[in-house]
Amino acid sequence: MLKVLLLGATSAIAEATARRYAAQGARLHLVARDSERLSTMARDLEVRGATSVTTAVCDFASPFDAAALLDSANTALEGLDVALLAHGVLPDQTRCEQDLAALRAAFEVNTLSTTSLLTALANVMQAQGRGCIAVIGSVAGDRGRQSNYVYGASKAALEVFLSGLRNRLCKHGVQVLTIKPGFVDTPMTAAFKKGPLWTTPATIADGIIAAIENKRDVVYLPWFWRAIMMIIRAIPEKIFKRMNL
Amino acid sequence: MLSSGWGRYPGIETTAHQPATRTALCRVLASTPASLIARGMGRSYGDASLAAHSVVMTRLDHFIAFDAEAGTLECSAGVTLSAILAVVVPRGWFLPVLPGTGFVTLGGAIAADVHGKNHHHDGSFSQYVDDITLLLADGSILRCSRHEHADLFHASAGGMGLTGIIVAARLRLRAITNSYIDERLLAAPDLDTTLALLTQHEQSTYVVAWLDVNQSGARRGRGIVMLGEHAATGGLETDCRRPLSVPLDMPAWLLGRPVTRAFNALYYARGARNADSHRVHYANYFFPLDALNDWNRLYGRRGFLQHQCVLPPAGAREALGEILRSVTASGLVSPLAVLKGFGAGNDNLLSFPQDGLTLTMDFAHSADSLALCVRLDDIVVAHGGRLYLAKDAAMSAATFRAGYPHWQRFQEVREKYRALGRFASLQSQRLGL
Repeated sequence: MLKVLLLGATSAIAEATARRYAAQGARLHLVARDSERLSTMARDLEVRGATSVTTAVCDFASPFDAAALLDSANTALEGLDVALLAHGVLPDQTRCEQDLAALRAAFEVNTLSTTSLLTALANVMQAQGRGCIAVIGSVAGDRGRQSNYVYGASKAALEVFLSGLRNRLCKHGVQVLTIKPGFVDTPMTAAFKKGPLWTTPATIADGIIAAIENKRDVVYLPWFWRAIMMIIRAIPEKIFKRMNL
Repeated sequence: MLSSGWGRYPGIETTAHQPATRTALCRVLASTPASLIARGMGRSYGDASLAAHSVVMTRLDHFIAFDAEAGTLECSAGVTLSAILAVVVPRGWFLPVLPGTGFVTLGGAIAADVHGKNHHHDGSFSQYVDDITLLLADGSILRCSRHEHADLFHASAGGMGLTGIIVAARLRLRAITNSYIDERLLAAPDLDTTLALLTQHEQSTYVVAWLDVNQSGARRGRGIVMLGEHAATGGLETDCRRPLSVPLDMPAWLLGRPVTRAFNALYYARGARNADSHRVHYANYFFPLDALNDWNRLYGRRGFLQHQCVLPPAGAREALGEILRSVTASGLVSPLAVLKGFGAGNDNLLSFPQDGLTLTMDFAHSADSLALCVRLDDIVVAHGGRLYLAKDAAMSAATFRAGYPHWQRFQEVREKYRALGRFASLQSQRLGL
């Protein structure tokens, strides 16, 4: 029976993934900031077939003790097979151009809290010599665009961090998975106009589970984003800087 | 954003609120001064879920409690019937009443008090609902049942979301030993044979007839009567089909006369050939169209109308004949038509099913098909029948009042719970509710 830790568990993608694991009878430990949503979700996952569901409240926008958080997760789950880091914010780009506090807050949640958690997790996983660390990045991290380079940079930093961590942990039998979803219809993107490139959290969850099972390193979800981003990355900077993206 | 029902007619510019928690839902209600209507998967066909402000309930899709010994389930209104089956079937339980698609929410199934192929034995969906938790106009949350706030329960089950917002419900499940149905198909060359077979086999658990309404003369009303029984053996597999999608709006001629007539002729021939009993998975039996995502696009950009009426037993045969003659006289075709016998109705104020025959037809939306529906409505009213609110996009207030004699009582209950003017849809405005 799989023991799964979900950080940012109430995010739409994490919840969809948790439901897949619950149907498999996994043990789940959920960490998020909203206790009402955590308890609703815990009952739901139990009905869906999870062997056990435990929860902890933590706001990753404020200082927190990553080691203590992992300790209690490890105790609740009696071990750790998969950790999914799914918390994140989509900052208002124009506001971040004027307001340094907003800029810092975005990096605090998306980058600093995640790398703190990853550091603590890496030590646990390295010691046990197995497991999977999966992190939600973004296609936005592949290239900075004027419309959301703050968000993109906060996710791009993760990508480099994860590539180093993967290099370190692969020698210890630990999988480090970078997940790069494209446009997903979630509360975080509620304000956006949806088109044919958009997908659902459930589709992303299927992709995450498959990528973990298949021991992948970096996945684009859905797959066609790999091609789209390859093209976007190939545009010379001289041209790219003049585009309205 | 532009919003419409499953028939894609009519459409309306709407602000769609999508709360993910009960607290957020209460906030939406408190901060929206205009009237609003709850919406689930958008599978009602006409304008029942359309308003300038809608509350999309699909993110409130959590299970609350499941007693696998007693077969009782409590969940939030946004859970779909397919999702419920995926959870309860492996543990030997089933939903006692299933409509033609699993892609409806629990809240929508209660609000429309949906029925299935077993109505003649088992009644409609709400008859397995023990209680409903509603968010009322004043922001309070109230649980109602047949014993507590019974007036609210009987107005809300079948009440099309006009009494408040259904946030959760408790229901009773039916025990099964496997997830398969033994299906038998019986070909009937004309309407009288179809009707005779429906009556002759009413002991079967599931009975429904596909009807070819596009034939005239001797073949008018030929059909395939489909019988179903829960199978004796088999596993408890859930629906694992990978649906195909209709990627874009098809041209309007696709479901025009030639294709519709050819499709119905093939369907009849296939049914006539496969008279033996065969075993099918519940998903293929109850939800054949769920294997094709966005099938409503087959009708093209202009959408379609679905007309479903129930005709009391006394004049049903005569009324059916008049309806079929009106359809052929109009020159329009119905790609898919279904006929079934209902059992007795229930105590809800606006529930659709009542003793008699129910006929469902689809027509591509046009001025002609709207005019045809008016003629059909007149035939239905003249024979003491009524139309299904979950399908309706066009009936008049007079047709509604003639078919639903408890409408005034319904309004009194709405007034008591201060729902008048607070919860409203394009449909409720059209019907004078």
